[in-house]
Amino acid sequence: MRAIRDDGDRAAFAALFAHFAPRVKAFLIKGGAEPAVAEDCAQDVLVTVWRKAAMYDPSRASVATWIFTIARNRRIDIARKERRPEPEDLGWGPEAEPEADDVLELQQESEKLGRAMAALPEKQRRLIEQAYFGDLSHREIADATGLPLGTIKSRIRLALDRLRHAMGS
Amino acid sequence: MGIKHHLTESLLMGYAAGTLPEAFSLVVATHVSMCDDCRARLEALESLGGAVLEAQGMEAAGISAMEAGALDAVLARLDATPEPRLARAASGTLPGPLRDYVGGDVEAVRWRPVGMGVKQAILPTSKSASARLLYIPAGAAMPDHGHRGMELTLVLQGAFTDEDDRFGPGDVEVADEELNHTPVADIGEDCICLAATDAPLRFNAWLPRLAQPFFKI
Repeated sequence: MRAIRDDGDRAAFAALFAHFAPRVKAFLIKGGAEPAVAEDCAQDVLVTVWRKAAMYDPSRASVATWIFTIARNRRIDIARKERRPEPEDLGWGPEAEPEADDVLELQQESEKLGRAMAALPEKQRRLIEQAYFGDLSHREIADATGLPLGTIKSRIRLALDRLRHAMGS
Repeated sequence: MGIKHHLTESLLMGYAAGTLPEAFSLVVATHVSMCDDCRARLEALESLGGAVLEAQGMEAAGISAMEAGALDAVLARLDATPEPRLARAASGTLPGPLRDYVGGDVEAVRWRPVGMGVKQAILPTSKSASARLLYIPAGAAMPDHGHRGMELTLVLQGAFTDEDDRFGPGDVEVADEELNHTPVADIGEDCICLAATDAPLRFNAWLPRLAQPFFKI
């Protein structure tokens, strides 16, 4: 992502595309999109990844997480034709960068979370997937996912504190 | 004085998954703009979405291969370099997501009087739920009202107290069908709230009730 953001590196982008475009397409199809629509959307999502590369904060999200949020927003756009209110942006400005240690630890936590999800009983994993594919209403979503989200939340909270400090507030 | 009343896990997860009605999403986005604890909770729930996306590679290779030429088509659409980071918007009384819906800060709100000094401004969201800004003069009460659906009330300025607790800036009250309450604004300052409900719109039924005596103080 850094090569894309800083150097406009198209080879790095092609590698990212090969990994994520089919995943985004599968994600949208499982959420009920027609394959042709999902193909177009996946292409749009990857164009947005390039355009918005400077918005990505690796101390608070894995690349997969960041791309998930772009794909989710595109789905809302297409399927519901609604606006998506977003929280105020808190990204790192040109004046500061997140600490390398924070980035590394966040990426490790993200991998741990992926492994924990893969290890869940089939039925429970399906339910989480359904929620994120957009198949469950907010009234159907159960409070507990059964996953240890507390550790990744603490990492993100720490990164937010450092970001607030860098912003001088 | 920190925020004491936060969003529920299922509201945050619904927002992370992108399934909340727009009016509720506006309350979540506004609260998260004011509350770093809930921002961290939200981003942790979004990382679950990232894990779901990442896992799509293992099973779905068959149905989801991109069409031939997709990469070239996308490369042709890219600008020479990604966009530079924009400077952050200056802060005001209303957090950023609300300013987008109001079209400016608090002075741009088009208030309509609803009686006894209370004013409201309905915000343009999709019909699945409704959102409005409420202006309650210091010391005044809102009508005693029950809920047919879920109602979220987020304090932006001032504070109110109801049968349950006191709610200050950034606090959000999540009320369901069971709650019957009479919010009363604190004496010190006029209270501005963002309220959203997924009950059917009943403004015709609701407005006349404001004419009823509703000062219970």
